[in-house]
Amino acid sequence: MAFAAFASTDAVVTKPARRASTVALVMLLPGILYMLLFFLTPLISLVITSFQAELPGGDIGDYVPGLQWQNYVDSASEYLPHILRAFGYALVATVFALVISYPIAYFIGVKARRWPLLQSLMLTLVIAPFFISFLLRTLAWKQILSDESPVVLALKAVAILPADGHLTGTPFAVIFGLTYNFIPFMTLPLYTTLERLDIRFLEAGNDLYASPATTFLKVTVPLSMPGIISGTLLTFIPAAGDYINASRDFLGSSKTAMLGNAIEANFLTLQNYPVAAALSIILMAVILILVGVYVRRSGTEDLL
Amino acid sequence: MTALPLDTANQAGPDPAAGRRPRRRLSGLGLPIYVALALVFLLIPIGYTFVFSFNDSVKSNLAWRGFTLEKWLTVCNEPGLCEAFGNSILVGVVATVLATALGTAIAIALVRYRFRFRSSISLLLFLPMATPEVVLGAGLAAQFLALGTQKGIVTVILAHTMFCISFVVVTVKARVAGLDPALEEAGRDLYGSAAQVFWRITFPLLLPGILAAALLSFALSFDDFIITNFNAGSVDTFPKFIYIAAARGIPAEANVIASAVFILAIAIVVVSQVSRAARQKRLDRLS
Repeated sequence: MAFAAFASTDAVVTKPARRASTVALVMLLPGILYMLLFFLTPLISLVITSFQAELPGGDIGDYVPGLQWQNYVDSASEYLPHILRAFGYALVATVFALVISYPIAYFIGVKARRWPLLQSLMLTLVIAPFFISFLLRTLAWKQILSDESPVVLALKAVAILPADGHLTGTPFAVIFGLTYNFIPFMTLPLYTTLERLDIRFLEAGNDLYASPATTFLKVTVPLSMPGIISGTLLTFIPAAGDYINASRDFLGSSKTAMLGNAIEANFLTLQNYPVAAALSIILMAVILILVGVYVRRSGTEDLL
Repeated sequence: MTALPLDTANQAGPDPAAGRRPRRRLSGLGLPIYVALALVFLLIPIGYTFVFSFNDSVKSNLAWRGFTLEKWLTVCNEPGLCEAFGNSILVGVVATVLATALGTAIAIALVRYRFRFRSSISLLLFLPMATPEVVLGAGLAAQFLALGTQKGIVTVILAHTMFCISFVVVTVKARVAGLDPALEEAGRDLYGSAAQVFWRITFPLLLPGILAAALLSFALSFDDFIITNFNAGSVDTFPKFIYIAAARGIPAEANVIASAVFILAIAIVVVSQVSRAARQKRLDRLS
């Protein structure tokens, strides 16, 4: 979805061959069948599962087909805090990631243009976290932010953190982890749009006596909107569904559990498949609605 | 980049302003310093993981107990670790090959041909990227459950191939769209058969894009945990091994594997960038 922004940018307009439809069919059919079988029908089975009823007198994990709308009501009310945390944490982490990433992307894409080698070096450093296991880098932060770590001791020494305070297991740590893990997803699309930004527009702003701040807000930001949209979507969507950062063994605690944690626990541990399925559908529906409204509001429907 | 005048304008830009307002120069340092600090921040967990791969730890790898090379030399002594790593490689390779083949064919067809349901097909391919992984994982698991499929390495490969296809299509599509059709026409004008034109012209021109897509697929597959966790059953991959170990403490051997993979990945990136720069230089010299 968001990736279409990159894909469609430098399209050379080609006159498509009208016939040769059998060739197209042969090329498309295997992959499309694969996606129908392993993407679309799983979503449908998720919907079916979400309506299942408990088998009377059955074992744990035994369900029969049904039309239990009640599953949605029950799971939404039982897991309302998880739902709110998922979208709240994801939203805050997305804003943080945007604020942290924008100057990085601006520097690499605009200021460093004269030094292509420096540009590619910095880009490599931005994506470097991708190359070390997602789980291990999150665990590294858990250790760095743990109670006896120098970071926490220093914060306590200057009384930013109370003597009995923790960092790990708090919403702060979860949002911190989400922000950290998704900064590359934010920086790369911002960089791709800023890299193409025509400097002359900024100079025009300057020539017209706009202050640097006005030029930034009225020229740079609007011109980099496609990157901002792609970056925020690429951060928000995976962050809202994440259950690693918020997990008790990583940066969270039972008080920070997100929707993803509830889905995982219900599916894999409690074998309460209908609730897990209903929560998954809720997650997906809310994301699609939010993304739809967001994209329409920012006037960039053509990105999709 | 097309803009020679743009570059000179860029160079001339800050200087007169700095002349007018001398303080500008000092504040101009703010951004580079911030960026340097931000990049260091991004690298902290990598450094931590690397350093603790040399820790002379006994059970848990939390406190620093002294430097040792032992964990690097005896990685596979940690029970289950190398098996999980091997599974990750196997899944990554098979899923990458499948996804690259299926996705490349789709990408070419999407750009080159017009047909019915084109926009629904595009939607079907983009939607997985807009779907949270936990939904993809739970959906597949629900389907395998309904079909009574035994979860294992095959179901993991099926799942990984699915989400890799979308990324392959996007990556290769951009490359196909940038391809000049005149090159293929020239091939046909010279009586090349359809197969010859494809294998001698189209495929070599698309190859960088296909390779990039394959590397991306492998990286995504290798590091995936969320979808794997729902569909692996009792089979461990490297991320799943870490997830399970996280409850009782990660062995330093896991850091060894992660660090080695990191070094290899960075080496691939550097080599590909250097070779691209060299190719660019050759092209510049030609024109």
